[in-house]
Amino acid sequence: MLDPANDINAVMDVLVEDGIIKELKVNIIDPDAVVVDATGKYVCPGFIDMHVHLREPGFEYKEDIASGTRAAAIGGFTTVCCMPNTDPVIDNAAVVSFVRQRAARSGVVNVLPVGCISKGQAGAELTEMADLVAAGCVAVTDDGKPVAQAHLMRNALDYARMFDLPVLSHCEDIGLVGDGQMHEGHFSTLYGLKGIPAAAEEVMVARDIILAGMTGGHIHICHASTRGSMELVREAKARGVWVTCEVTPHHLLLTDEIVGDYDTDTKVSPPLRSAEHVMALRAALLDGTVDCIATDHAPHHWESKDCEYNLAANGISGLETAVAAILDGLVEQGELSLEEMVRLFTTGPAEVLGIDKGSLDVGADADITILDPEIAKVVDPERFYSKGRNTPFKGRTLKGWPCMTIVKGRVVAQDGVIVGG
Amino acid sequence: MRLERKDLLGIRDMSRDELDLILDTAGPMKDIIGRDLKKVPALRGKAMVTVFYENSTRTRTSFELAGKYLSADTVNLAVATSSVQKGESLRDTIKTIEVMGFDLIVIRHSMTGTPHYVARNTSMRVINAGDGTNEHPTQALLDMYTIREKKGTLEGLKVAIVGDILHSRVARSNIYGLSKYGCELRVIGPSTLMPAEIEKLGVKSYHNLDQALEGVDVVNVLRVQRERQQSGLFPSLDEYANLYMLSPARLRRAKEDVLVLHPGPMNRGVEISSSLADGAQSVINEQVTNGVAIRMALLFLMMGGTRDEITN
Repeated sequence: MLDPANDINAVMDVLVEDGIIKELKVNIIDPDAVVVDATGKYVCPGFIDMHVHLREPGFEYKEDIASGTRAAAIGGFTTVCCMPNTDPVIDNAAVVSFVRQRAARSGVVNVLPVGCISKGQAGAELTEMADLVAAGCVAVTDDGKPVAQAHLMRNALDYARMFDLPVLSHCEDIGLVGDGQMHEGHFSTLYGLKGIPAAAEEVMVARDIILAGMTGGHIHICHASTRGSMELVREAKARGVWVTCEVTPHHLLLTDEIVGDYDTDTKVSPPLRSAEHVMALRAALLDGTVDCIATDHAPHHWESKDCEYNLAANGISGLETAVAAILDGLVEQGELSLEEMVRLFTTGPAEVLGIDKGSLDVGADADITILDPEIAKVVDPERFYSKGRNTPFKGRTLKGWPCMTIVKGRVVAQDGVIVGG
Repeated sequence: MRLERKDLLGIRDMSRDELDLILDTAGPMKDIIGRDLKKVPALRGKAMVTVFYENSTRTRTSFELAGKYLSADTVNLAVATSSVQKGESLRDTIKTIEVMGFDLIVIRHSMTGTPHYVARNTSMRVINAGDGTNEHPTQALLDMYTIREKKGTLEGLKVAIVGDILHSRVARSNIYGLSKYGCELRVIGPSTLMPAEIEKLGVKSYHNLDQALEGVDVVNVLRVQRERQQSGLFPSLDEYANLYMLSPARLRRAKEDVLVLHPGPMNRGVEISSSLADGAQSVINEQVTNGVAIRMALLFLMMGGTRDEITN
């Protein structure tokens, strides 16, 4: 059993009753209980993915709450935060309620909505954040669209601070991105694709940190991907600025070199970076600069990936491979301890969001993720529960997979299959 | 010998043997062009189509003519008047062409990697006639053929490539090709038109044209597009010409028997002075003729038989 919140790393039993964690102890004997034998496996608090595009409402042909939450459960996640760039966007309490109702009816994991920073994600007027919070939003973001106007970000941070609401920022300077298709560097030159410099992200990370420092608000950098972003966050944290950040499995494990076949599954925003940036992200995982790992799960319809590279949509369907990819690519390689990994998927995101999740506290919801470190499987997108099959991990054999996902005491996924459909 | 690969997508991943084979095959093809009756039956019964999503004069015409000299049936898809204008996807367009029975498709596209995408999705053989800012392999082949014909060898030559290196597929394909023959490559242009980490491709980059021309055997001048100035990459065509126009005075720093190449179409008075374009060192017109020979060689090697067949 691994529970970073309670400093537990031991062979133990957990007793669940009525969806709540009742007891944690070495050797629990209860003749009435159904026993799950997790010998040789790791029992962890339910994993949290704070950056997921569930696409509902509006883009159900890409994903919906039913398919997306099943993908989450398969991937070992018991809680996901859904991004508001839907249609309509989640910028008012009515849409938040709709998402929560849909999640209650068709979802299989906990869904925490994230609202917009600006009305209609238009980058002009603030949303009614008090109302969003009351309706159940845990953060605000205009993700997918950077907040171009510095004064809007200033006001958002200042206003959200009243509700201890993190402002999640998709950091990209649109002018520097231009019509770039991949990371700017040796490989963009070699492959003849227009580059997106690391600076496109870093100038906005710097701006947002300065604004967070000025307002005292909480800025959270989404999918940080560059060495410079890590340096900026590290330095700001040391100064006491309220800044947190997430990194994605693909930015931790893949480099821009794989764009060479012009496979559109490698196209993502921000782009896959060069090896030097990947190494810097990994170092930042270890020194506390990175608060959590999040997938930026971005499922797409096959037609928007089966086309010219320039025309292809950005994004990777990440929920079902994230944990396995990290287990295989970092833990198995000895670059990241299992305890650290569990922290980055549990207490890490819970602390960023200020939610009461991510631990095996007695009395907490019985959200539990069990990992099997020994099982090896090939990533086969055709077998995804997600409607998005867009993944650059396809065909890779990964060792170490989630083998059981329990939400509020109910087994929702087991051995790669959703329980009860 | 024959070309074993299904598609010709770029010079980057080609071996020197393959390049030699194509260059060697272009020689006898050029002889055919020089004949009174310019037709051989080598590709009789084969069908090819050119699909150009970008404008072109010489590349498209020379592919078509090359096919015709070899007796292939050649068709041009006029993209401007095709279903593409009705919003047909590239995937559907390509499938439609394929099921008509074409053996080979020549494609030009404004987006990098599109010929690669097409190649993965069709049984037709694919020739890249220029993709975005990536490669223009047949241009590099005809440049290499032209240089080799004049100099006797490519080995160890000093070659300068001048202009918009950042956006030039001609530059990339030339760099990939010539570096396989041990050429000393110099790329010259304003820093805003120079790609990131260009020297990792094994070239030396310069911002000063005069310095870079010292002792070179070949100068390949690239077309500069007005839209680059308009997007803020350099201040004016006048300033560009002041710094980078190849002129007789500048060319004196090169070797006496220097060759001047230009892939066309030229902006006279911007990247190349008019007198130089028409001068004794210019091989610009020969490039065009050689372009037909190179494309004949490729079509023959990809759709027809072996090199021995045409020489014997």
